[in-house]
Amino acid sequence: MTKSLTTLRVNGETHTVAAEPHHTLLEVLREELGLTGTKHGCELGECGACTVLVDGKQVLSCLVLPQQIGLSDVTTVEGLATGPQLHPLQTAFAEEGAAQCGYCTPGMLLSAKALLDAHPHPSRQQIAEAISGNLCRCTGYTSIYEAIEKASRA
Amino acid sequence: MLRLPRFRLVEPTTWTEAAALLREHGAAASDVARGTPSVPVMLVAGGTDLFPNMKRRQFTPQVLISLGRVKGARDISNGSGLRIGAGATLSEVATHPSVTGKYTALAQAAGAVSTPQLRNMGTIGGNLCLDTRCNWYDQSLFWRTAEGFCMKTHPEVVCRVAPSSPRCLAVASADTVPALIALGAKVTVENASGRRDLDLAELYREDGVRYLTIGRDDVVVSVTLPDATGWRSTYVKLRDRNSFDFPIAGVAAAVRLEGKMVSEARIAITGVGSRPLAIDAKALVGTDLDDEAIAAAADAVHKGSRPMDNTSGTISQRKRAARVFTERALRSLRDA
Amino acid sequence: MSEFSVLGRRLPKVNAWAHLTGTALYADDIRLPRMLHGRLLRSTQPHARIRRLDVTRALAYPGVVAIVTGADMPEKMGIMPSTQDETALAVDKVRYVGEPVAAVAALDEDTAFEALSLIDLDYEPLDPIFTIEEALEREDVKIHEEARRANVFKEVHLAFGDLEAGFAAADLIRDDWSFFEGNTHAPIETHSCVASFDGDGKLTLWTATQVPHYVHRELEKVLGLPRSRIRVIATPNGGAFGGKSDPFGHEFSAALLSMRTKRPVKFTLDREEVFYAHRGRHPVKMRLRTGVKKDGEITAVHFQSYLDGGAYASYGIATTYYTGALMTVTYRIPAYKFDGVRVYTNKPPCGPKRGHGTTQPRYAFECQLDKIATELGIDPIEYRLRVLQPANSRTVNDLRITTMGLGDCLKAVRQSTSWAAKRESLPKGKGIGVAGSAYISGAGLPIYWNPLPHSGAEIRIDRGGGVTVMCGTAEIGQGSDNMLATVTAETLGVMPEDVHVVSGDTSLAPVDLGSYSSRVTMMAGNAVKDAGMKLRALLIEAASEKLGVPAEHLGTAYRRVYDRRDPEKHLTFIEAANLAEGKHGTLVAAGSYTPPAGIGGSYKGAGVGPTPAYSYQASVAEVTVDLETGTLTVDRITTAHDCGRALNPANVEGQIEGSAYMGYGEAIVEEQIFRGGLHKKPSLLDYKLPTSLDTPELVAILVETNDSEGPFGAKEAGEGPLNSVVPAIANAVYDAIGVRFDETPITAEKILDALGKRDNRGVTKDRIGPNGLGEAKVDRATRRLAASTDARERKKTGTPAD
Repeated sequence: MTKSLTTLRVNGETHTVAAEPHHTLLEVLREELGLTGTKHGCELGECGACTVLVDGKQVLSCLVLPQQIGLSDVTTVEGLATGPQLHPLQTAFAEEGAAQCGYCTPGMLLSAKALLDAHPHPSRQQIAEAISGNLCRCTGYTSIYEAIEKASRA
Repeated sequence: MLRLPRFRLVEPTTWTEAAALLREHGAAASDVARGTPSVPVMLVAGGTDLFPNMKRRQFTPQVLISLGRVKGARDISNGSGLRIGAGATLSEVATHPSVTGKYTALAQAAGAVSTPQLRNMGTIGGNLCLDTRCNWYDQSLFWRTAEGFCMKTHPEVVCRVAPSSPRCLAVASADTVPALIALGAKVTVENASGRRDLDLAELYREDGVRYLTIGRDDVVVSVTLPDATGWRSTYVKLRDRNSFDFPIAGVAAAVRLEGKMVSEARIAITGVGSRPLAIDAKALVGTDLDDEAIAAAADAVHKGSRPMDNTSGTISQRKRAARVFTERALRSLRDA
Repeated sequence: MSEFSVLGRRLPKVNAWAHLTGTALYADDIRLPRMLHGRLLRSTQPHARIRRLDVTRALAYPGVVAIVTGADMPEKMGIMPSTQDETALAVDKVRYVGEPVAAVAALDEDTAFEALSLIDLDYEPLDPIFTIEEALEREDVKIHEEARRANVFKEVHLAFGDLEAGFAAADLIRDDWSFFEGNTHAPIETHSCVASFDGDGKLTLWTATQVPHYVHRELEKVLGLPRSRIRVIATPNGGAFGGKSDPFGHEFSAALLSMRTKRPVKFTLDREEVFYAHRGRHPVKMRLRTGVKKDGEITAVHFQSYLDGGAYASYGIATTYYTGALMTVTYRIPAYKFDGVRVYTNKPPCGPKRGHGTTQPRYAFECQLDKIATELGIDPIEYRLRVLQPANSRTVNDLRITTMGLGDCLKAVRQSTSWAAKRESLPKGKGIGVAGSAYISGAGLPIYWNPLPHSGAEIRIDRGGGVTVMCGTAEIGQGSDNMLATVTAETLGVMPEDVHVVSGDTSLAPVDLGSYSSRVTMMAGNAVKDAGMKLRALLIEAASEKLGVPAEHLGTAYRRVYDRRDPEKHLTFIEAANLAEGKHGTLVAAGSYTPPAGIGGSYKGAGVGPTPAYSYQASVAEVTVDLETGTLTVDRITTAHDCGRALNPANVEGQIEGSAYMGYGEAIVEEQIFRGGLHKKPSLLDYKLPTSLDTPELVAILVETNDSEGPFGAKEAGEGPLNSVVPAIANAVYDAIGVRFDETPITAEKILDALGKRDNRGVTKDRIGPNGLGEAKVDRATRRLAASTDARERKKTGTPAD
């Protein structure tokens, strides 16, 4: 098979890329658009590392095809900051040491963003539920809770 | 990184078009019992069950019919009861006011599926048609090559779980199904010849390979629930972790109460056999859900649970949980 | 006010920003022009001779560029020089399902994957060995011909003090068998590397490794390319935990394929492959006999360990010693005997996982101490406090102890958890338990016994006030880059954000042995401090002259060199640096670190165990057991950790919490287990990493003992705090339901079994665990059955579909 053209809206920018039709959003983001901030950990929907937002909702980019989402708005970690201004979550994650190896972090940040966009002042339980699809092997989640809580106060 | 096999995606915009595409690509003639790698065409909605299976090469259809653009597919509408389009996501089902208000078991079950991400993608229709699961089957091509495959993909091979079993023992693992059965759901199915309704429990059969009674050319369009006034319902799920995991025993219970007395009752279980099972709960009718009546219902669930050693957890743990969860579910309905 | 300007502050890590904006380049994020993509063909057999390996058809597949096999790299390799028993790809024989056999490079990964099924491979199956017991007995099957006795990889016997007299003097002797199940690291990043062999004949390998130095060594050996022509760059590891501290087949394959094709080649493992790469926690059967007096004083300890090593050596020789070595550093033991055996089995090789080799015996020991305390009627915390090994002492096996904060840790968790009140008042089904533990701050001896430094660092100051620190450490998420920046900044009086860190690069940075054995803060920290102090002296000298202030009155902090008596009298850091450069030339200094002599004994085997300083920790776990379903919930884990000094308290707490999380997983759910030779759960759905909704509340308490061996007093934090967590949970379960778990993981099935609720017979048990080595018969029967059905069915299946 050969590549076909797909148009995607990522982080507010429209891109037309040539991609294999069987390649997932994750593969297209990383390999065709060079947005390697989105990570892969299992490729089967079992870790959450590849989480991106599609129209503001947490979605696993390893299990969706670009063709399926059409011109929906995709947000990746690269689109979290507004211009030079970091998102409060990014600052809070740094300050609380919520990123150790940093590999689950992009997906974690996006799950946290989806939560804060819907619930600006979440409880600890709501945070735990919102990030329950993002495995972190380093932190034990404690510092992540603290960072999200801190960002919610920002 | 593990990638999808090559395929072509087609995107119909109506159910009728989807059904026609199934026919066009020879779905009716294909039979999973002849081996899943040979299946030429499949439906995909959320992709959360299908794509992992395809990445593991459990089946490798050349054509995928995506239901994501079917108009009205995700509508949830009130009539005398509730009609949920097959394309409604599990998140939408779990949080829709019409569901959370009257159909507690369904809201709980949809909300207990895997993770927030997966619930945002996975659909109720997909959950109804969820492939049966088995830890000899849900493995990569490499792993299954090393093992020598199993009956579910290769009919000439034995069932790995019980080599003398005449049928595949893969496990029904959809959370929403027992909840929907307990709530009295009907399902609407369409193929190129038209639409028909059936009781949801009739959608399933005790066979891990051909676990659905409908044809390969059928597409599930919607699920309809009767009015639930006077009903209380709940869903309880055993799993290793409070996220990600499929049920390894799941119990849904619904009772209609008149005063303190039960006038109707339904119980359904999943994760403990190849089909989700409606359990005879007639004995609860006319009781006030006293401990004795509950124990009898729990006994019936225990008897109906036939787990095998092919999921996480153990047989005795899962059978026991089915009983205990039934008791807890019914007590919670009584004491609510 | 603190005596430090940088240390002890909760500053963001210097490398946090790259992680948080998606710009950090992990190995799989690297893309080079003309890059090829590789996939490994892995063995489907647990134990077999390779009869035929033919890549002709695969090479002809459109898009395939090159293929290499074991025959192309026959040189033996391995992390430990004395036990190199592995090859980059299998040669002649395979020893576990998942062992790499051939490597394909193609234009894209889809093509490489598809080509794997076109490689023709015939096996002659050999009898596999899956259990410790079989490995010890079966002389007729040799996984490695070199094994002298059956399939024994290593046997160790060490004795100290008068054991017989010790047991004779005991009032109570406990004799317990236990079993610690194997488990794996499961970092979220899968292994990945990119090799590029360039026109100048030099090879660069970017790889997710904890040990760039050892990968460098092994590449030279296997590829026959001088190390001077090889550059290894450790990319940021997306988690490692010990799982990326061996040289791996995909690294050699990428390198050789790049040399053959003169194009960059990338390999990224998929998740399942990581379970085969493994090198995780050894399953260990243990027998522990301990004699005590009525007051609890320990009179003798005899410990035996049987390690299931899997198919290859990895760090196994060290692991074997580690199961015995650190038993003595926590409590007073006057007589100690240790017998350890590690065997080969046909499973993925085991190696070092967080707590390397000490986690399993610590579990046995701390569970047994709990039993002893119970039998003697002494509170378990009080008991441990009574028998503590003193600070500044030597153990019976000649290990030197410096600072020793276990007592403070025990007191801290006792107070923080309201221990006494809870021990009294919890209802059945709820429990609270404690355990202590210890770990090394870096192995006292190197892997290659030579007199070279364990760690080297270089610091350069540029004219604009920028500081660059170069050190061979690998950043694996533990915060080593930040540690390098922090120590540099503190030493020179700048801020961490002024420091550029170059780490893990064998060309740009001096050797550091690697990020294993919790050695980096101690060793690289001291090396950096050494280099920094040399430059600091030059700055002070220059400032002293210029300001007319005696050197001894000058301090460095906040980008100034200043008079301590009158801080406004100062030079800026840049002024001082420029003066110093004018005087001495380019400002570069090197530092190095070698652990002190005399920290261990001189007997054979004394090389494993010594460290410049031991870390100590105590954990209290609070649990709830569902008496009807057997479900175990851990509600809270409180860990106090003696880290010497917290260079960055937030990061130390992060290590404690992360360790507690990982220990929790090992205690209740994680297991690397097999059905015959096949991994039973090689996915993140089936191998259960605890989620946010499972993980207990984690409380971290810092205990600072300020050890003179460490840089500014620091000891390790990354591994020890795991060790105390697992037995604390088991002891809490005993407190909850009165059942001893001499076995991990503590599953619902086992709890139901003990409660007599597994079946209708209602037989209860007060203990779950092994009663001896034994229990191999069942396994053997299963295996025979499986083998015969397999043979029958392979016939029926014919060749696998696509």
